[in-house]
Amino acid sequence: MTDLFSKFDPFIAQRAALLSTGITDPFSLVMDQVLSPTRAICNGRDTILLGTYNYMGMTFDADVIEAGQRAMAEFGAGTTGSRVLNGTFRDHRDVEEALKEFYAMDHAMVFSTGYQANLGIISTIAGKGDYVILDIDSHASIYDGCKMGDAEIVAFRHNDVDALEKRLKRLPPEAGKLVVLEGVYSMMGDVAPLVEMVRVSKENGAMVLVDEAHSMGFIGQNGRGVAEEQGVSDDVDFIIGTFSKSVGTVGGFCVSNHPKFEVLRFICRPYVFTAALPPSVMASSAASIRKLMHGSNKRAHLWENSRMLHQGLRDLGFKLGTETPQSAIIAVIMPDLERGAMMWEALLHEGLYVNLARPPATPAGMTLLRCSLCAEHTAEQVTGILARFDRAGRKIGIIG
Amino acid sequence: MSDTVQDQIYGLIGQFNKKGVALTNASTFAGDLEWDSLTVMDFVAEVEDAFDIIISMNLQAEIETVGQLVAAVARLKA
Repeated sequence: MTDLFSKFDPFIAQRAALLSTGITDPFSLVMDQVLSPTRAICNGRDTILLGTYNYMGMTFDADVIEAGQRAMAEFGAGTTGSRVLNGTFRDHRDVEEALKEFYAMDHAMVFSTGYQANLGIISTIAGKGDYVILDIDSHASIYDGCKMGDAEIVAFRHNDVDALEKRLKRLPPEAGKLVVLEGVYSMMGDVAPLVEMVRVSKENGAMVLVDEAHSMGFIGQNGRGVAEEQGVSDDVDFIIGTFSKSVGTVGGFCVSNHPKFEVLRFICRPYVFTAALPPSVMASSAASIRKLMHGSNKRAHLWENSRMLHQGLRDLGFKLGTETPQSAIIAVIMPDLERGAMMWEALLHEGLYVNLARPPATPAGMTLLRCSLCAEHTAEQVTGILARFDRAGRKIGIIG
Repeated sequence: MSDTVQDQIYGLIGQFNKKGVALTNASTFAGDLEWDSLTVMDFVAEVEDAFDIIISMNLQAEIETVGQLVAAVARLKA
């Protein structure tokens, strides 16, 4: 018998080699207690959280929690059913209304996760004979959506407008085309040049989908994301988003002005063939989205934090993923996986949690310490974060 | 036509063939040339631009050897 697991041997060996150095496993962290959006007890230690995508700190918002508690008491713990059968409760409709208000769009469809939103929308709307043209650094959920569908998949170099345009022009003019972009790319924290990309897409007859998972809530005047910030919202056909970052709960969505959008509720398999989210999650999400509409002060503070951390890390001598702070993600580039893991552990011992990101999730085979800021981080916490980076970086020899 | 395509592709492989592996049409990109996915990505973009074609990811998944690539490009150019 061939052991189906033997193909995983290289991965098992790589992981064993890393752990044999005695290092804390970066991928098995347990938070014993979560004290606030920015603090938790990890391995018995009071730890500042700098790797949770909890950009707007809504996880502990009193109104968000209360809305969820009320819905759980009134509607029960779960839906036990698909959105198209018995799984649509009052609050599923309400959160879709909240999204339509937030984005000023005609239609909104809520999925059980952001991953499923990309999986469902991309695989359903791009069919046989159609083309999906995507940035090579796209998130796994976008690639998986492509794999699940029957369209031809064409990749272009990251954020390269010229490469996108050339490929669009080589495709049959009459074929259906979907260009898939992200507002903020979550590994490096860089922003897409949507103005030019949306323009060349439209000039070549393509529909455009933008994943705004890492920009919702704090980029753009109303927090709608990079498309709003760059003034191209009206030309974007589909916006994909998630509740598991700024909204502070879990779930995914797509908003659109397409007049036939509602048909997707019946034909999009990752929407139909899964259970709807619990009513408590829906009520918390709706409360959170409506608060995010009026979150301009928090947005301003988040940007202050991002600029302060970016400048501080640069001054300490760390190599960063972007020249300027473009989002709430700041990627610190590590020389290799081993020293990246050592630096990650040293920071954890200092009481700071960041994400250790490595290939294949990262571009160009890089190991990154990815920091995501929260609007609830105080200036004192950011100062403390920099002091920890300074000590750990010297100890591991990343900085001089 | 096919010969020119072959010459051009061998030329394009050259700049990515860091290990100086001797090329035949039976050479595989992953096995013989030991290219990782990043190298493949850059190489595909070069080939696409050189021939003004699209090599979709669906097609890339079917191409393992240099000869298969030459045949695919010749077909796409035809």
